[in-house]
Amino acid sequence: MSSNAITIPGVPIDEKSWVDALHEWVTTVDHKRLGVLYILYSLLFLVVAGVEALIIRIQLMFPHNHFVSPQVFNRMFTMHGTTMIFFVAMPILFGFANYLVPLMIGARDMAFPRLNAFSFWLSALGGLLLYFSLVGANGLYGAGNAPDVGWWAYAPLTARAFSPGHSTDYWTLALLVSGFGSIGTAINIIATILCMRCPGMKLNRMPLLAWLNLVMAGMVLLAVSPLTAAQMMLLIDRYLGSHFFDAQAGGSAVMWMHFFWIFGHPEVYVLIIPCFAFMSEIIPVFSRKPIFGYPVMVAATVSIGFVSMSVWAHHMFTVGMSSYANSFFTITTMAVGVPTGIKIFNWLGTMWGGKIQFKTPMLFSIGFLFQFLIAGLTGIMLACAPFDWQLGSSYFVVAHFHYVIVGGILFALFAAFYYWYPKITGRMLNETLGKLHFWIFLIGFHLTFDLMHIPGLLGMPRRIYTYEPGRGWDTLNLLISIGGFIQAIAVLIFVANLVVSYFKGKKAGNDPWDAWTLEWATSSPPPAYNFSSIPVVASRRPLWDLKHPEDPDSRYE
Amino acid sequence: MISRISEVEDGRTEMSMLKTKSSTVRSLLQTILLLFWSAIAVWATEPKGSSPHGTNIFAPASTPAKSIADLSVFVLVITGIIFVVVFALLVYSVVKFRGRAMDAVREPAQVYGSTQIELAWTIIPILIVVVLFLATARVLHAVQDAPQPPGAVEVTAIGHQFWWEFRYPKLGVVTANELHIPVSDPANPTPTFLTLLSADTDHSFWIPELAGKTDLIPNHPNRMWMDPLRPGIFLGQCAQYCGVQHAKMLLRISVDSPADFAAWFRGQQQPAVQDASVATGRRVFESNACMNCHAVAGTNANGRFGPDLTHLMSRVTIASGAATNTPENLRLWIQDPNAIKPGSLMPAMKLSDSDLDAVVSYMETLR
Amino acid sequence: MSAIANPFPQAPATWRLPDRGKVAMVGLIIAESAIFTIFVVAYLFYVGKSLTGPTPRELLETPIFYTICLLSSSLTIHFAAKSLARDRVGAFLGLWVLTIVLGATFMYGTGQEWHRLIYEHGLTISTNLFGTTYYSLLGLHAFHVTLGLVMLLMVAMFALAGRVGVEQSRRVEVLSMYWHFVDAVWVVVFTVVYVLGR
Repeated sequence: MSSNAITIPGVPIDEKSWVDALHEWVTTVDHKRLGVLYILYSLLFLVVAGVEALIIRIQLMFPHNHFVSPQVFNRMFTMHGTTMIFFVAMPILFGFANYLVPLMIGARDMAFPRLNAFSFWLSALGGLLLYFSLVGANGLYGAGNAPDVGWWAYAPLTARAFSPGHSTDYWTLALLVSGFGSIGTAINIIATILCMRCPGMKLNRMPLLAWLNLVMAGMVLLAVSPLTAAQMMLLIDRYLGSHFFDAQAGGSAVMWMHFFWIFGHPEVYVLIIPCFAFMSEIIPVFSRKPIFGYPVMVAATVSIGFVSMSVWAHHMFTVGMSSYANSFFTITTMAVGVPTGIKIFNWLGTMWGGKIQFKTPMLFSIGFLFQFLIAGLTGIMLACAPFDWQLGSSYFVVAHFHYVIVGGILFALFAAFYYWYPKITGRMLNETLGKLHFWIFLIGFHLTFDLMHIPGLLGMPRRIYTYEPGRGWDTLNLLISIGGFIQAIAVLIFVANLVVSYFKGKKAGNDPWDAWTLEWATSSPPPAYNFSSIPVVASRRPLWDLKHPEDPDSRYE
Repeated sequence: MISRISEVEDGRTEMSMLKTKSSTVRSLLQTILLLFWSAIAVWATEPKGSSPHGTNIFAPASTPAKSIADLSVFVLVITGIIFVVVFALLVYSVVKFRGRAMDAVREPAQVYGSTQIELAWTIIPILIVVVLFLATARVLHAVQDAPQPPGAVEVTAIGHQFWWEFRYPKLGVVTANELHIPVSDPANPTPTFLTLLSADTDHSFWIPELAGKTDLIPNHPNRMWMDPLRPGIFLGQCAQYCGVQHAKMLLRISVDSPADFAAWFRGQQQPAVQDASVATGRRVFESNACMNCHAVAGTNANGRFGPDLTHLMSRVTIASGAATNTPENLRLWIQDPNAIKPGSLMPAMKLSDSDLDAVVSYMETLR
Repeated sequence: MSAIANPFPQAPATWRLPDRGKVAMVGLIIAESAIFTIFVVAYLFYVGKSLTGPTPRELLETPIFYTICLLSSSLTIHFAAKSLARDRVGAFLGLWVLTIVLGATFMYGTGQEWHRLIYEHGLTISTNLFGTTYYSLLGLHAFHVTLGLVMLLMVAMFALAGRVGVEQSRRVEVLSMYWHFVDAVWVVVFTVVYVLGR
């Protein structure tokens, strides 16, 4: 990892004991180390939530299967969703943002290093709280087991009457705590990007990764807060006898849905926008061309940020809102597809006329483009409210959002791993293992999630621990489950690659990919202070200008 | 076009011909993969039995479901075209613009963007969205705001954990889990309009071949309608996670001819069959806590927490579809509900064997 | 066209970026505003929907005096921060303490009102929807006022120990932004609860 020692020839360095090393890591405020901590933490929870997914899939392999009880199954899908969103996707993207943003804007650290550390440890506490629910107490159902109310925790299922015990409270508190951590990190990212850019880096010369993380952070402020508010309301409903969601007293279950989805929908854009950022950095480098249409990419992302705050009730088309409300959310949901689609075209435009290098990061990027296209189109289908009256709450939706999250977000994350691992560790990930990981994961992903659309079309609702035979769902579910195991194998290969390459990987040097943004201008891994002197930039691709002084970008911007 | 040429492009060489060949192989592989998945999808979809009907949203048997299916085909065609076009562009660019070994030194033309192209691919999606929205809004209003004709059958559906209560207020019928509605003749429509309520958590009423789903939310009544165009048995289930046994909150709708429907509801309107030979069973039923939850019309039992049992034997399944309505299953269900539906809210009454047999015999008379 | 540009660009003559303390506080204010908005939406949605129990019209007395206290504390803190920026520490301390006093008076007023509502009229958070939304919204605001008062007190203590000078004026300004936010929220809460909600 980053070296804190300054080496002087002839002067020996004392070997650190492992306790000292641990202490350094636990007390670090260095954005790079915190970034790595976020990422490692997320990978751990990725494996845990992946196991939860496999338990779900084994239970669903056959109708009327008895692999787990309904109670355990319901806990599995609740924990799988909650863990993946809050303790895998959010932290890993914050981790990459933490690591990369200061480097890419030529800063030495984030604006508030101690707030950074505090936010990380808050998020970590949240994850531990959620899983502490498994052992929090034992005995009576609901007394001390994992939450089983679904990751959206709809009222009134979460009321004391229907969820006795404390499992729901662990869900609420874990997310409340990590929500504060997220808000802290978001504030930090915004302050860093607005206040710490190196000289010459005007906003329109920032790498797209910085722009998109800025938009993402702004959305976190606006989106996580409603969830925080709703969870406070849930807590006081459960413990102080208030009536926010208490139907008996005139309270409204639908209000929980509104508050949750006002968080929930922008949340998924919070998750995908940093992945757009990865694509916008990786695809140009491996196509050997600048990103096509930088200003429009920024404008599209900002408009996605705004419009996505107005689409939330497309998760509520079946709830019984008026036809005018349903129409409104249909048009806004379709509208948000326009800037999103534009981005896909811009990435294609970047590849067009390029000289594409099919290294592992680019393979995952191409997979992303293909899969995000499909996911966006199934999203358009779901945006049509009447179509959603059939498809909503069915496996079609599950297929759609896993297509976005696994086929989109996870593929982009894999690309980001293969691309920036050399910068973080100083070593290249093994390219052969990388290609193996890609192809096996691709096959497993498509086996599972292409087929998963079909049970939805055939009427299979979601969140059911078993299903009736003879509806056409049986063989499909079996194949879907098999695909899950194939993906698990690929992820194991990936983890093995991460570990083996750390010790045996080819040394990377500063700039193994011949890239153009500032993080490649320093060593791999960078020193604690990032740059020996703060860079000055005159264009969007400062390293291109350095490498091609006869034809720099700065002449054309 | 904002661009500039970095280097001079060379002519093609044999190396690039080899690359072209391998990229053809790649496209071939992709096509085969596509066909393979389609084949799997078709093979894996089991053939539906002729009765009861399946739960395929593309086999609509009622106007709302049909409007939705037609709209869906329109949406699928448009999104399908978009997919084919963009996918083709992706494949083309991956194949045509792959880098060659000699390109390690030379970079391609550094193009920054193109206002015309970007404008085009902004305007066209906006137009597509407008078209899609107009088509959608039409169907949305037609289905959701349809007026109720005079001949409509009115049903109140109340969602419970984990069963369905059905009341026909105008006919004075109360039943559970299995709905009977008349087939609707387009010339003289007799659709069924449902008012959806909930006694506890959120549920959702979904019979894919008859209508889109609508949720049952406490303190938030909803309305939906369906006009089945052919008789038969239609299946569905609860589609909003409502607790432990959400998966077993099944729905079974019998669409009857008008004559059959009339016969059915007249039977349902009768009080319970009084059969002296099962007096023992009836006594067991009424002296244990059964009548606190269950109602049997014409007797003292008028509990509303559990399903109405007046005409239990007119139903094909018990436990909201979790088991078929046979004496063995009924006995097992009464003895220990958790054996059939673990987590269901019906307690095991710990009856002795003789009491159990008596109660089952009593239930068997409730036709 | 092929003149070789200087690969090492020159720094611009001036390179001024916003103050990170202020940007961070704006971010915090945005997030907190979103939380308050949700509670306000719940309040407005549930106006008139209580199934039982006392209504706002019966119970609420408009807290004009305490509102004036709180809103004037925005003025006093503004001038306090201005004084500190001009290195007039004495004036700063006086105005700062006055701000705290005004804020504490507001809290006293809230406490008094709650005492009356709970003990004289039996309205608690669990009484009905009015009780639920009233106490949660005002409670959330009062919590933020309390936090603000704690921070203001800490600064007052540092000032009394002679540790606050013109070098801290930027930080004091950031803190005063928070205090202004708390007052702005009160304007909204007051309007919603005592004007619209009756």
